Amino acid sequence: MDAALARAWLEETARVVAAERDRLTALDAAIGDADHGTNLDRGFSEVRRAMTGSSPGELLVSAGSALIRKVGGASGPLYGSAFRSLGKALDAERDVTLEAFAAAFEAAVSAVERLGRAAEGDKTMVDALRPAARALARAVRDGLEPREALDQAARAAEEGAKATIPLTARKGRASYLGERSAGHEDPGAVSAALIVRALHTVATRW
Amino acid sequence: MKKLINAADAVVEDALHGMAAAHHGLRVDVGNRIVYRASPSPGKVALVSGGGSGHEPLHAGFVGYGMLDAACPGEIFTSPVPDQIAQATTAVDTGAGVLHVVKNYTGDVLNFEMAAELAAEEGVRVATVLVDDDVAVEDSLYTAGRRGTGATVFVEKMAGAAAEAGAPLAEVAAVAKLANARSRSFGIALTSCTTPAAGKPTFDLPEDQVELGIGIHGEPGRSRVPLATARELVALALEAIHADLPLSGDLLVMVNGMGGTPLAELYVAFAEVAAQLRGRDAFITRSLVGNYVTSLDMQGFSVTVCRLNDELTRLWDAPVQTPALRWGR
Repeated sequence: MDAALARAWLEETARVVAAERDRLTALDAAIGDADHGTNLDRGFSEVRRAMTGSSPGELLVSAGSALIRKVGGASGPLYGSAFRSLGKALDAERDVTLEAFAAAFEAAVSAVERLGRAAEGDKTMVDALRPAARALARAVRDGLEPREALDQAARAAEEGAKATIPLTARKGRASYLGERSAGHEDPGAVSAALIVRALHTVATRW
Repeated sequence: MKKLINAADAVVEDALHGMAAAHHGLRVDVGNRIVYRASPSPGKVALVSGGGSGHEPLHAGFVGYGMLDAACPGEIFTSPVPDQIAQATTAVDTGAGVLHVVKNYTGDVLNFEMAAELAAEEGVRVATVLVDDDVAVEDSLYTAGRRGTGATVFVEKMAGAAAEAGAPLAEVAAVAKLANARSRSFGIALTSCTTPAAGKPTFDLPEDQVELGIGIHGEPGRSRVPLATARELVALALEAIHADLPLSGDLLVMVNGMGGTPLAELYVAFAEVAAQLRGRDAFITRSLVGNYVTSLDMQGFSVTVCRLNDELTRLWDAPVQTPALRWGR
């Protein structure tokens, strides 16, 4: 991954989040407070404006800072810290290998789990991110091409998001509903899967 | 959707312009979304709170003598951001330290945590008190913990009075913790609410049903029951509170409107609270009836009870001068 690809990933994420804004907000209305799409759209619009840097690491750190600055709610600090951790782990490397990216992605997911005090099965974005990190690590071990590896990571994230439907939320605002949160897909897991899929979409070269 | 607005995405900013124009006791930084006291008391511990907009008068309506020094409104139902909170915190610090009053929601907690770190880097001593009074949420490993609702008003008032009297940071924080620990709330919605951005009600609630255990963000509650009389609904709320905090001794009771309920109905509810507490070993020695912690245009109410002691009574009675609460000065 070079700076151009990191930039393309963030641009594509902003585009997808804007396109899916109403769906994310509708998912949030069912078990939360009906603002997930609006908040992320505001955040990634700011990312588009404010991202800066000559390496993938710098760009991703600046994107994380923009999210923390603009989004608010829980998703601002969580996604913001994820992108900042990802970027910091990549350091100033200008040409990031898939292996280094997978390790940095692992660090980012751990940061989300730590900050949100959430684990897999709590019906949060971790339910998409953790399987994606696992799939990515496995793909690297198996020596897959970057594009194929990212497809597997995105697929794992999407399956993880779908698998939140029957779950009862244990973290975040949906947890206030108790058992009534079951039967709905978690909006944070869905947006996390969109972000991972966006990287696969633009990673035609690595 | 019918709303008295200019544009859905300008509501927070336009309302801040209105507060600035209406209340000369406030200094409003609209660009950074911070509401300050125009004339702070020198040398005292400062109080900063904040949270999503849509709960007015919470929090900006409680900025002033004897309560908050600054409030940070976020987007509608979305917590403020770290830079904003840190800026407010640094600006109001007199050197005596700053108390953050934070309602216990994941987003509020995370953003205030980050802000406290930023302010600490600037040399500000910050203490944080979480408000978590809502008995509708089980406080267990399986939830994000109880929500902060009506007791926020009590905590901000009592801790603000302690700070105004010159108490040091640790003592102001202890007052806030005590006020929170002795307070419980339960809310009931008759309708959902409509955020300007979504343009339609957050959840569907049939004409003949009410939602028990609602929070203050239009999030659905724990269960639905058929619409009942004020007497029966108040009984449900009091039972839920009593099961967690036995209702006895001197009580401060707030019957709070969610934004769309006429004051007359809130007094109907308060009459029921008073009648149903009679005969128990409980005495309503202080009370508050009105719209203090709202959910936009939601119809409904919440009951918040604080078991007073002499200290908390004295702090509640102390003078206060804010847009939404004012007495004794």
